[in-house]
Amino acid sequence: MKRYTIFVITENFIGILNRITIIFTRRGINIDALTASESRIPGIHRVTIEVNVNEDTVIQLVNQIEKIIDVIKAFYHEDEGVVYQEIALYKIPVSKLDGGLEKVIRQHNAKIIAAEPDFVVLELTGHKEQTQELLEILKGYGLLEFARSGRVAVAKRMLTIESFIK
Amino acid sequence: MKDSMIRGADIVVRSIIAENADIIFGYPGGAIMPVYDALYDYHDQVRHVLTRHEQGAIHAAQGYARVSGKVGVCIATSGPGATNLITGLADAQIDSTPLVCITGQVAAHLLGSDAFQETDVVGISMPGTKWNIQVRRVEDIAPAIAKGFYIARSGRPGPVLIDITKNAQVDFGEWNYVRCNGFRSYKIHTPIDVLQIKRAAELINSAERPYLLFGQGVVLGKAEAELKFFLDKSGIPAASTLLGSGALPEDHPNYVGKLGMHGNYAPNLLTNQCDVLIAVGMRFDDRVTGDLKRYAKQAKVIHLELDKAEVNKNVKAEVAVIGDCKESLSMLREMIQDKKYDAWIQRFRELEQEEINAVMQHDLTPSKVGLTMGEVIHQINQYKADDAVLVTDVGQHQMIAWRYFNYKKSRTQVTSGGLGTMGFALPAALGAQLHDYSRQVICVVGDGGIQMTIQELGTIMQTKAPVKIVLLNNNFLGMVRQWQQMFFDRRYSFTELDNPDFIKIAEAYNIRAQKVTERTDLKEAIEDMLIHDGPFFLEVVVEKEDNVFPMIATGCSVEEVRLS
Repeated sequence: MKRYTIFVITENFIGILNRITIIFTRRGINIDALTASESRIPGIHRVTIEVNVNEDTVIQLVNQIEKIIDVIKAFYHEDEGVVYQEIALYKIPVSKLDGGLEKVIRQHNAKIIAAEPDFVVLELTGHKEQTQELLEILKGYGLLEFARSGRVAVAKRMLTIESFIK
Repeated sequence: MKDSMIRGADIVVRSIIAENADIIFGYPGGAIMPVYDALYDYHDQVRHVLTRHEQGAIHAAQGYARVSGKVGVCIATSGPGATNLITGLADAQIDSTPLVCITGQVAAHLLGSDAFQETDVVGISMPGTKWNIQVRRVEDIAPAIAKGFYIARSGRPGPVLIDITKNAQVDFGEWNYVRCNGFRSYKIHTPIDVLQIKRAAELINSAERPYLLFGQGVVLGKAEAELKFFLDKSGIPAASTLLGSGALPEDHPNYVGKLGMHGNYAPNLLTNQCDVLIAVGMRFDDRVTGDLKRYAKQAKVIHLELDKAEVNKNVKAEVAVIGDCKESLSMLREMIQDKKYDAWIQRFRELEQEEINAVMQHDLTPSKVGLTMGEVIHQINQYKADDAVLVTDVGQHQMIAWRYFNYKKSRTQVTSGGLGTMGFALPAALGAQLHDYSRQVICVVGDGGIQMTIQELGTIMQTKAPVKIVLLNNNFLGMVRQWQQMFFDRRYSFTELDNPDFIKIAEAYNIRAQKVTERTDLKEAIEDMLIHDGPFFLEVVVEKEDNVFPMIATGCSVEEVRLS
């Protein structure tokens, strides 16, 4: 088992995400994270999926995804093949703030992005290991809420969407 | 309003006509009524056949598509009409049958409100269709149908569902039909990689015991002639999958039989003795391979396949040639040597003799009193036309009919292979017959399966389709009973059937019927049936507890194929 990032370049077609995810459901494979957004070309979307499977399985998944009529291209990468980032938000009660938090924020390069009378919200972008580490520390500060995005990623390989839609 | 504006429902029908469809199988209902109203105006340009159930409509469309190579078309209403298509969609998806199914849907403003007969058919049918779409605006109807037909018939064929809301059917739109010739996310032509052809040729040329397996891909790719020429030159023995049967005439000198759970003895056993295995247009279904861990491990596998997702899915290929097998077989033929493998083919013939002695003699010329399914098929062979189509249901009769039917022409085999849909045969035979009234269509069916769609006798009556129905009646769900006998200590749990008087049923539908219980009456009955001008229902009461052999039991290897 290994962590793979699957990229799907697809037409913006109603139900396409459903068609993609049922390929995983049918095989009993859990999607660890999924993000979808419009690509830099209007009308073309990209979906980034993170899974933990063996290589044979990820090849099957990509082949099946590519068979979807409105999918333009799908490919997969190991972690080494992509540059990726996740964003995490942490809501901390003001009452728990003390001198120690400044050090934590500095050490982790986190940001305070909102300050309300009752709470502050910290933001950290990075790999899951990093956002997880900060999470563990902030639990000691009465963490009220935590949210983490799926990964957004770009491939290191030099390929452009245009080469697939010719 | 411009003169060229017509109703969406008219656009639906005109689009189907523009795609050269000559027959539509369907069933009306509320949400599709505007289309039915339009059909009334176009009945001289496209024939509509009213089945007795939507499942019958879609299986009929499948039968039509399988014998004609054209896209089968069926229409149903929303809700239950649409959900009744699901079995047929799943069947067509797994057996790569081109279909365009059009369903009515509640008006767009009612979507999501749990309106009367509203169901999310696009969601439900998603895993069972090659493509599906919901059309909510009149201007989107023609482009969706054009795209649907293109997708259904091109590449690896498959079923398409187009769900059209009622408002789109009644609104007026411009009639301007443009056939689809491709679009950017769907590339169907894969250029053959010459390097892979070279590598495949090298393997074949240095092989001592090469062996070729062919599947329905040869039929779908219209590569029957290329397969034959390849075999003529290469001298390689060849075996067929269930759906590949007919792609090569069975009297071809290289033909060695059938693969799979109830295929022939030699083709299964020798899979594990060949040194190069060439798979053409087949997907290594588990019913063909048995235990994958012990399947052809000694062989180098060459896989000629259109669908990239099938390569390395079940069996790893040493050489994969992705693309149309019509092209790749021709290219490969150019690079291989003229050869003969007499000793190797002799091995197949020797084992075939063992199967004849151990199995076929009992099946075809039984010494017991009771009739066997095999001898019925054997008799059919004596009188059938060369291009007769055999349509079968699912179970023992299916395997027996497949084993003994003498396939001489392509597209003469219509059966539910991948999905194993009981109830498939009767409506599929109707569809196959309606493609060509003059062709012999023989529907072999069991007493279990026929009762799943027996209402389609009504459609046969109404259309006067001269289908020859051969009911092999053992008053059992025979295949399940066989498994219960072999693997469940003869605990016959809910497999015995108290059956109705089938002859009375057939006669009630005004179909000529005959029942045979004695061997002495069989021959004449079959002859009478085949020369009868019109539909015919022949019930043959067969041995109650007979088994199908050879057999590769679940979890066993192909070399563990049993003769008893």
